[in-house]
Amino acid sequence: MELLVAVIIGVLVSTGVYLCLRARTFPVVMGLTLLSYGVNVFLFAMGGLKIDKVAVVGLNSDPTDPLPQALVLTAIVIGFAMTAFLVVLALRSQAEHDTDHVDGNDSGEGGR
Amino acid sequence: MNFAILVLLPFLGALMPPLVERFSSNRTLLACGAALLPTAALLMLIKPAQQVFAGQTLLSAVDWIPSLGLSLAFRLDGLALLFAILVLGIGLLVILYARYYLSPKEKAGRFYAYLLLFMGAMLGVVTSDNLLLMVLFWELTSLSSFLLIGFWNHQTGARKGARMAMTVTGMGGLALLAGVLLIGHVVGSYSLGQVLISGAQIQASPLYPLILCLVLLGVFTKSAQFPFHFWLPHAMAAPTPVSAYLHSATMVKAGVFLLARLYPALSGTDLWFDIVATAGMATLLWGAAVALFQHDLKGLLAYSTISHLGLITLLFGLNSQLAAVAAVFHIINHATFKASLFMAAGIIDHETGTRDMRRINGLWKYMPYTAVLAMVASAAMAGVPLLNGFLSKEMFFAETLESSHLGALSWLLPLGATLGGVFSVAYSARFIHDVFFNGEPVNLPKYPPHEPPRYMKVPVEILVALCVAVGVFPAFTVAGLLAVAAQATLGGALPEYHLSIWHGFNAPLVMSFVALFGGIFIYSQRRRLFDLYARLPAMDARLVFEGRIQALGRLASAITGRLQNGSLQSYAAWLLTLVAVVLLTQLPNLPGWHGETAMLPLDGVSLLCAGMLVAAALLTTLLHRHRMTSIMCLSVVGLMVSLLFVRFSAPDLALTQLSVEVVTILLLMLAMYFMPVRTRAESSVIRVVRDLLLAGVIGAGVAVMAFLVMTGELSSISPFFLEHSKPGGGGTNVVNVILVDFRGFDTFGEITVLGIAAMGIYALLRDMRLRSARYDALGRPWAKDAHPLVLVTISRPLLPLALLIAVYIFLRGHNLPGGGFVAGLITSVALLLQYVASGVGWVHERMPGDYHPVVALGVLLAGLTGVGSWVFGFPFLTTTHDHFHLPWIGDFELASAMLFDTGVFLTVVGATLLMLANLGKLSLLDDKKEGA
Repeated sequence: MELLVAVIIGVLVSTGVYLCLRARTFPVVMGLTLLSYGVNVFLFAMGGLKIDKVAVVGLNSDPTDPLPQALVLTAIVIGFAMTAFLVVLALRSQAEHDTDHVDGNDSGEGGR
Repeated sequence: MNFAILVLLPFLGALMPPLVERFSSNRTLLACGAALLPTAALLMLIKPAQQVFAGQTLLSAVDWIPSLGLSLAFRLDGLALLFAILVLGIGLLVILYARYYLSPKEKAGRFYAYLLLFMGAMLGVVTSDNLLLMVLFWELTSLSSFLLIGFWNHQTGARKGARMAMTVTGMGGLALLAGVLLIGHVVGSYSLGQVLISGAQIQASPLYPLILCLVLLGVFTKSAQFPFHFWLPHAMAAPTPVSAYLHSATMVKAGVFLLARLYPALSGTDLWFDIVATAGMATLLWGAAVALFQHDLKGLLAYSTISHLGLITLLFGLNSQLAAVAAVFHIINHATFKASLFMAAGIIDHETGTRDMRRINGLWKYMPYTAVLAMVASAAMAGVPLLNGFLSKEMFFAETLESSHLGALSWLLPLGATLGGVFSVAYSARFIHDVFFNGEPVNLPKYPPHEPPRYMKVPVEILVALCVAVGVFPAFTVAGLLAVAAQATLGGALPEYHLSIWHGFNAPLVMSFVALFGGIFIYSQRRRLFDLYARLPAMDARLVFEGRIQALGRLASAITGRLQNGSLQSYAAWLLTLVAVVLLTQLPNLPGWHGETAMLPLDGVSLLCAGMLVAAALLTTLLHRHRMTSIMCLSVVGLMVSLLFVRFSAPDLALTQLSVEVVTILLLMLAMYFMPVRTRAESSVIRVVRDLLLAGVIGAGVAVMAFLVMTGELSSISPFFLEHSKPGGGGTNVVNVILVDFRGFDTFGEITVLGIAAMGIYALLRDMRLRSARYDALGRPWAKDAHPLVLVTISRPLLPLALLIAVYIFLRGHNLPGGGFVAGLITSVALLLQYVASGVGWVHERMPGDYHPVVALGVLLAGLTGVGSWVFGFPFLTTTHDHFHLPWIGDFELASAMLFDTGVFLTVVGATLLMLANLGKLSLLDDKKEGA
C-alpha cells in the first residue's frame, strides 16, 4: 500500500512539474494544482499510513497521526487560494498583454 | 555616563539643519543650529576627560544582540578621547568655515546634515568598545563620506570621485569585517578590552596572517596607503570644508586610528613590520614625490596627506613603542596643520576662483593675512623648527635610525625618511612661493582677490595658533593628551621620551637640515623637473578605475541578461533543474530504498482507485491542450485524492478536499470562459524531452523519499496532542483541536493569508476588461440558456439543506470530523451553486454581494478570540471550555475555540465568495457590453 501511495505521489509531482513548464498560463495553473495535490499527499504521508484509525479520542486505541492532517487541511485551503490567485493573475495578464503566454508576449519559445 | 548618548548627539544634530532651514534662511542661524549639538557633546566630554587624564578607562555598554556578541559598548580612554576631541573640535571649526565657504545658492542644510552624520559615525568608530559596532560605524563613515564627496552632484568629477572613494573604502570595510569576525573567533569575544589583552593568543593562532591582512586591507584603503591611495586625490572634488575635515583630520585618520587601536593585539611580529612599514614607506615616498608635481592646490595637499599618512603608518610599522608615541603625536600635528592648509586653500579658491597654481601667483600683495597663516601652516608641514611638525618629524627621524629590523640594510630606513623629508620641504616651499610670490597672478577668474570675510579666517587662526603653541611649548600644551593617548595605544607603561625643541646637535637634526636644504634645492630645480614629469607617460587612476568598473558592470549585465532573460519557463526550468540535481546527488546517499517496517497489505479497491487516479493525472497532462477535457480529468484526480484521504483515516481532509475540489473546478470553468479553449502545440521536441526528463527525475525522487519515510520508523510529537486533546482542548477530534487550539496561531496566520489572497484577487479584477470568445474552437456558440430551468429548480431548495449540513458539520467539528474550514467550504459551494444556477444578478438582488466585510469580520473575530485570553491573563489564543445543558438538545460542551472556528468559517466563506463572485461579475460586465 505504501508503494502505491508513493507511486501516486510520484505521478502527481511528475505531471505537475511537466505542466508547470508549459508556455501558456492555463496548463501552468493545472500543473500547480496537480503539484499541490502531490505535495499535500506527500505531507499527509509523513505521518505514516493507517487504515480505520481515525484520530478521534475514544474511537481507536492506536489512532493515526493527527498533526500532518491538520497541516494538510490548511494547506488544501491555502492551495486553493493560491490557485485562485494564479488564475486571476493569468486572466489579468491576458487582459493586459492580449496573450495567455506566461511571459506576456507571444514570441513563442524564449530563452533557453 | 552612557557614551551612547555622546555618539548619538551628532546624529540627532544631523536633523537640526534641515529643521532650521525650514523656518529661516539665515545662514548664520543655520550654522549655529548645526553646531549646537556637537558643542554639547564637546562639553559633555569635559568631565569624563578629567577622569581619563587621571588614568581611568571609562566603559559603558548596553546589550544589543547578545547572541551575536554585538553590544552597544563604548569606551573612552586616552586614544578615544584624543580622536573625539579632533572629531568634534575640528568639526566645529569646519562648520564655522563652511558658513562662509558655501554660497547662498547651495543647500547648506543638507551639507550640514551630511557633515554631522559623518561626525557621528566617526565618533562611533573611535569610541566603540565592541569591534562589530566599530565596523558598523566604519561603514557609516564610508557611506556619509560618499554623500559629502558627491555633494556637488551636478559635477561628473564629484560623482565619480565619490563612487571611487565609496568602492575602495567599502571593499576595505568588508575585508575589515571579515578580519574582525576572525579576531572574535580566535579570542571568543568582540570586546575591545578582551581583544587587547589577547595579543599573544591572536599572534599564536594560525589565522594570524589572514587576520592581519584583512584588517590591514581595511586600514590601507581607508588611510589611502599605497597601492590604494588613488581614491584620495579624486575625493578632492568635494567642497573644501569636507576635505579639511575628512581628508586631513578624520576619515583618513580612521585607518591609522585602527592601527593604534589594535596595536597591542596585532603588532610586534615580523609580518607586521614587513607589511605595515613597507606600505608606509612606499606611501610616504610616492605621495611626497607626486605632491610636488601637482598644479592643483588641493591636489598637492591630497598627495601630501597621503605622504603624511604613510609616515604615520611607517611609524606604527616599526614595532617600537617610541615610534608608536611619535605616530600618535604626528596624528595630532598633521590634523592641525593640514586642516588649516585645506581651509587656506579653500579661501584662495574662494577669492580667486581657481586652484591652479600656474595661475595663482603673488597673492601676498592681495591677502597678506591669509598668506601668513598659510605660510606658517606650510612651514609646520615641512617640519621647520618651532612648529609642531618639526617635533614629530624629529621623533620620526630618530626612530628610523633606531630600527634594526632590516639588518645590514637598516640604513635604508633613515635614507627613505630623509628623502621623504626633502620632498616634503620641496612641495611646502612650492605651496608658499608659487602661491604667494613668484610674480603676478595670471588670468584669474576673480580679480583682484582680497581677504575673505573676517570669521572665515577664525578656524584657520585657531589651528595655526595651535601649531605654533605645540611647536614652542610642547610640554604645556599637548604633553598630557599625548601621554594618555599613547598609553592607551600601547596598552601599558609609556617609554621614556622628551618633548623639547632642542635635543642637542644629533643625527635627526642633521637629517632635518639635509631635508630643509635639499628640499629648497629641489624646488629651485622645479622647471626642469616639471618638464621631465610632463614627459612621463600619463596615468590617470580614474580612467583605469572607471574602465574596470565599467567592464565589471558589462560582465554583470551580460550574466544577468543571460540568466534573467524574462522567460518564466526558463526560470522554472533552472529552479527545477536545481531540485533534480539535489535529488540525484543526495538520494544515492540514503541507507536503502526500503525502510524497516512492513507495508500494509494491498487490496483491490485501493488498487483500482489508484489506477484511476494515475490515469486521470496522466490524461490531464496528455490532453492539456484540450482544456475542457483536461479540467474534467483534473476533477477526477481531486476526487480520487479525497478518497485516498478517506482510506487512510483522514475524514477531515477528505471533506475539505472534496469541497475544495468543487470550488476549484468552478473557478477553472469560470476562467475558461475568458481563455482560449485550446492550447496551440508550440513546444519544440527538445524542450518536451527536457521537461519530461525533469518531471520524471523529480517525481521519482519525491516518490522514493515518500516511500522511505512511510516505511521507516516514525516518531512523532502527536502523542502529546492525542493525550491532551480532550482534557486540554475540550474536543475529541484531535485534528480540529490542533487547528483551533494547539496550533491556533498557525491557523490564524493561514486564514489571514486566505484573506490577503482574496483581497489581491479583488484588486487584480478591478477595472479589468476581458472579452470572452463568442464561439469555441470548433465554432460552437455558448449555450443560449445560461440558467437551465432544471438546475434552477433543484438548486433553490438545496440551499437551506446545504446550510443546515454546514451548521451541523461546524458544530460537531470539535468532536467529530468537520469544523470551520469544511463548514465554510460547504456554505460557499451552496451559495456558488445559486450563482451558477440563477446568475449573479439574481443572487445579488437577494443578498449583499460585498464580501470584504465578511473576510475582515472573520479574521477580526479569530484575532479577538486570541486577544480575549489576555483579558484573563493568559497568552494569546489560550482556550477554555465548559459543559452546558440545553433543554431538548441535551448536554453539550462549548469551547471558546468555537468562536475562533467561527472566525475561520467566516473567512473561508468570505474569501471563497469574494474570489468567485467577482470573477463571475466580470462575465456579467462582458454581457452588458455586448448587449449595449
